[in-house]
Amino acid sequence: MSSASYLTVKALTKYIKRKFDADPHLREVYVKGELSNVKLHQSGHIYFTLKDDGARIAATMFKTAATKLAFEPKEGMQVFIRGDVNVYEGYGTYQLYVQEMQPDGIGSLFVAFNQLKEQLQQEGLFKPEWKQPIPRFPEKIGVLTSTTGAAIRDICTTLKRRYPLAEVFIYPTLVQGAQATPNIVQNIERANIDASCDVLIVGRGGGSIEDLWAFNEEAVARAIFGSRIPIISAVGHETDTTIADYVADLRAPTPTAAAEMAVPDQQELFQRVLTQKSQLHQIVRAQLMAERQRLNKLQQSYPLSMPERLYRPFTERLAQLETGLQKAMQVDLMKKTARFQQLHSAVEQHSPKKALAFHQRELETHFQQLTRAATHYVTKQKQQFEATVRTLEALNPLAILTRGFTVAYKDNQMLKSAVDVKPQDQLTLSFHDGKVIADVVKILPKNEGE
Amino acid sequence: MAEKQQTFADAMTALEEIVRQLEQGDVPLENAIDLYKQGMELSQFCHSKLQHAEEQLISIVQETGETTAFDPLKGEN
Repeated sequence: MSSASYLTVKALTKYIKRKFDADPHLREVYVKGELSNVKLHQSGHIYFTLKDDGARIAATMFKTAATKLAFEPKEGMQVFIRGDVNVYEGYGTYQLYVQEMQPDGIGSLFVAFNQLKEQLQQEGLFKPEWKQPIPRFPEKIGVLTSTTGAAIRDICTTLKRRYPLAEVFIYPTLVQGAQATPNIVQNIERANIDASCDVLIVGRGGGSIEDLWAFNEEAVARAIFGSRIPIISAVGHETDTTIADYVADLRAPTPTAAAEMAVPDQQELFQRVLTQKSQLHQIVRAQLMAERQRLNKLQQSYPLSMPERLYRPFTERLAQLETGLQKAMQVDLMKKTARFQQLHSAVEQHSPKKALAFHQRELETHFQQLTRAATHYVTKQKQQFEATVRTLEALNPLAILTRGFTVAYKDNQMLKSAVDVKPQDQLTLSFHDGKVIADVVKILPKNEGE
Repeated sequence: MAEKQQTFADAMTALEEIVRQLEQGDVPLENAIDLYKQGMELSQFCHSKLQHAEEQLISIVQETGETTAFDPLKGEN
């Protein structure tokens, strides 16, 4: 055969486990036998072997089921078990997984227990709304238990260790035997009459189910229920659950635990007080700091630190508006000026002044021209005249006289030639400044005269 | 303010209430400072209560109603 044909152990085991799973009889089995090799594991699970003369089977009771146990499983105990059988693959074993377990022999007590439990439950005695709160800082603690035995010691040492502030009142109480039930009831009532305690611890140390039985009695349950002082029940070990536990205001698994539940821990309180104190410091300091910061922030805020910034926008706006206004005014002014100038020049154009001035100028020009022309004319006439005069003067025969020439007349006839003269003739010589009458002496013709 | 006959429980509860109030943070500063003072007194009070409670009083309540001292380590005398 090839290697592939061989099953792995795991596969085989799984196959076997499936057979167990599939079998309806193995899913719920009722089996009785004797306990042996009982191991109470710290995880809360219980491991044991269930056996009788012919056979044995490994059994496991998991914590969830084990906590519901009303007794402590012990070596050699005859028990009735409800559970299922299955394979534990890791070890390749089959096991009985226990759901419920009841000890044989005291089955009647269990019946009674269950009946009372049922009854009180139906009456509502276990309801959470009846549970009275345990005071946080009890000043007086009543303890109802036997003055002998471990329970009272455990309770007192625990109370002392945790919370020496509280005063402890012990009501010596019978916790087993025939007188236990009435004594427990009586002491619960006494403590309520005394009314000095803030909380009661009612209980006892571990023992057989018969030992603890008083705490399963109806009278005790009703006394606990009727107590106006909150009650912490502490009966036996963790695994023992009594009716008293159901009806008590708080259930403690052990007497030591009851003492722990009854009071706060002094060391924790110390710590708590210190914590509160430092919290006070911190909170108030933080608040002060926060307020200071807030103040600083406000002081540094710009409205307070730079008030001018507050109205700066307005200043800016004002400046803007002013500028705008000026601009607008200028524009307007310019427009108006332009318009005015336009109109003005229009008017100006049509003004008679201009015409007048023009005419005046023209007149002036004309006048000047006239004056100039006249002057020119006069000057010219004058010059002409002078020139004429000069010409005339130049032409004036007499004028020569001034230069020394003389004009000679004969018979009032100006002589122009020597031939016209004859000796003896009388001549009149005209000088420029007078006349001379002269007689001719001799005539000399021209060539001879020279 | 702390009364003379104040119990530890009252003081502790008051202290916790003060811290709770302050933790909420809506207490005006003046009140906060008052609360702080009260809180400090209370914490002082609680602290000294805890410190001085060294010996626990344990007594037996007899059937007659009388109380007698009890030492749990020795058992009933």
